[in-house]
Amino acid sequence: MELLLVVLITVLYASGIFMLLRRSMVRLIMGIVLIGNGANLLIFLLGGITPGSPPVIPESRSVFVEAYADPVPQALILTAIVISFGIQSFAIVLLRQVYRLLESDDLDDLNTPLEEDI
Amino acid sequence: MIQNLIILPVLIHLITGTVNLFFWGKPQPQRLVSLLGTIVAMVCAWWLFRQVRAEGVLVMHAANWKAPFGITFVADTFSSALILFTSFAGFAVSLFSLAGISNLRAKHAFYPIFHFLLMGLNGAFLTGDLFNLYVFFEVIIMASFVLITLGGTKAQMEGGTKYVTLNLLASVIFLTAIAIVYGLTGTLNLADLARTLPNIKNQSLINITALLFFTGFGIKSAVFPLYFWLPSSYHTPPSAVAAIFAGLLTKVGIYAMLRMFTLLFHPDMFMTTIILVISLGTMITGALGALIKNDLKRLFSYLIICHIGYMVGGLALFTQAALGGAVFYLFHDMMIKTNLFLIAGVIRKIRGTTNMPKLGGLYHHYPKFSLLVAIVIFSLAGTPPLSGFWPKIYLFQAGFANTSWASNYYVAGLIFSSLVTLFVLAKMWKEVFWKKQPDTQIHVPDHFEPLSFMRKLSLILPIAFLASITLYIGLDAERILTVANDIAKEMLNPQPYIKAVLGK
Repeated sequence: MELLLVVLITVLYASGIFMLLRRSMVRLIMGIVLIGNGANLLIFLLGGITPGSPPVIPESRSVFVEAYADPVPQALILTAIVISFGIQSFAIVLLRQVYRLLESDDLDDLNTPLEEDI
Repeated sequence: MIQNLIILPVLIHLITGTVNLFFWGKPQPQRLVSLLGTIVAMVCAWWLFRQVRAEGVLVMHAANWKAPFGITFVADTFSSALILFTSFAGFAVSLFSLAGISNLRAKHAFYPIFHFLLMGLNGAFLTGDLFNLYVFFEVIIMASFVLITLGGTKAQMEGGTKYVTLNLLASVIFLTAIAIVYGLTGTLNLADLARTLPNIKNQSLINITALLFFTGFGIKSAVFPLYFWLPSSYHTPPSAVAAIFAGLLTKVGIYAMLRMFTLLFHPDMFMTTIILVISLGTMITGALGALIKNDLKRLFSYLIICHIGYMVGGLALFTQAALGGAVFYLFHDMMIKTNLFLIAGVIRKIRGTTNMPKLGGLYHHYPKFSLLVAIVIFSLAGTPPLSGFWPKIYLFQAGFANTSWASNYYVAGLIFSSLVTLFVLAKMWKEVFWKKQPDTQIHVPDHFEPLSFMRKLSLILPIAFLASITLYIGLDAERILTVANDIAKEMLNPQPYIKAVLGK
């Protein structure tokens, strides 16, 4: 499981950075999404994976007796997912507006020379 | 009870922003509520600062979950002082927005977002938890995304895209670093981390994490190879927005850097050299960029970058004098940079442009305003009795005391960029104020003159307010220096902070 996640995270980060470095705006969005998910999985992996034992104390006991899954990383990921969801939707709308104004998907077209007084 | 009140600076802006949402589409009540909110925030920040000075570090445990398990908010001298200066800048910009932000913008949620931005800033200063810092950073960038693109002109969209992309990248890098830190220690509380991090066996991984943090905060605070988003976006939004960005957003990156690298990580020789070289690069490129720009707002953007270098270098030298100087410079810079963009806004109102070759004759037409600007410019250039001078002395002193090759270059860079700043400001003064108004511009209408007295006042008063704070910082430097030195002492000896949070 850990090894699989490591490979997955590597692929997500690498492809995310590759996409970010493209000139197309759609790929830029894809890159942001991929790299964000990579970071979320990284928190999950580094929080330590304990399969099959949820952090719930059984009724018959008053304390934990065996190793349990750490709930903190899951809370962190949940927060991070919500945040990145909001930000990604903002970025998508922004780039759509940019596309409308420029009629181009190329990031190199973003350098319209400044009309002298903006 | 008093401990729970330290969250007030965050709450006030949350409430003000929310109340503003209820006045959707009605600019006038929003303006009043916003002004009221910033005044209350200022009073609160002053109270908090006095309280922290009197009683030491104040800690709030959310819902009384004791650290390191719950979320903690910590107000020490550094954070409370920054909240105080943030509230000054917030008040000035809110006042300026009365006439500086059009009704159309105000109808589209300018005020709520402005207050959420201030809430995020105060939260980032107050939080004692690494992940909470991330969340507040996200609040800040989310609000700033909206503010920078609100209006939807082509230039704003282009600048906004660069700004959004690089800030998102910075957040991901920051999040990655948090993941590694959590994996290594199992805690996110800053005070707890300060205790556990030195005991981790795998110190090289910690150094790499420190570099990740440095990169993340570096993008946000616009240090040398990562600053390109700043000059290509800060000149696009209206001046009130640019002012709050210039004064506060890059500075929160510097705050986070100072906090991380004094509390959690302690820069070793390698790290020190890297940071010094980066700060040198920041100063030089910022200064050279400012030299060639003809547009006021772009020129000021490069000056922001240039002066970020001073503070980052102060962190690298890591002595009490250097940290004290960096903190003092931070206070001074927050006030000055906010003010510069407000001034650019007024100039644009008067002449309809911020392009320097087209400006001129302002001294002839507006002598009192020019005098006000002169105070700000002299303070920024660091003329002796004014505020830019004192922190530089400390930074020079610390630079000379350190004998490594990098610090020699740092001092040289400091001298060079100070001179260039002086030159650039002199050039700007000549072009904008003393030069005769070019013939082509004589018939461009003046939008400032016909304004009613109250509107004029709301544009000029914030500039005068910030300039008087700058004057105070310069003329009563003794008191500010005491505060800055106390902060430097707290940074070099974080034990009281840790003890206050963990309670043992």
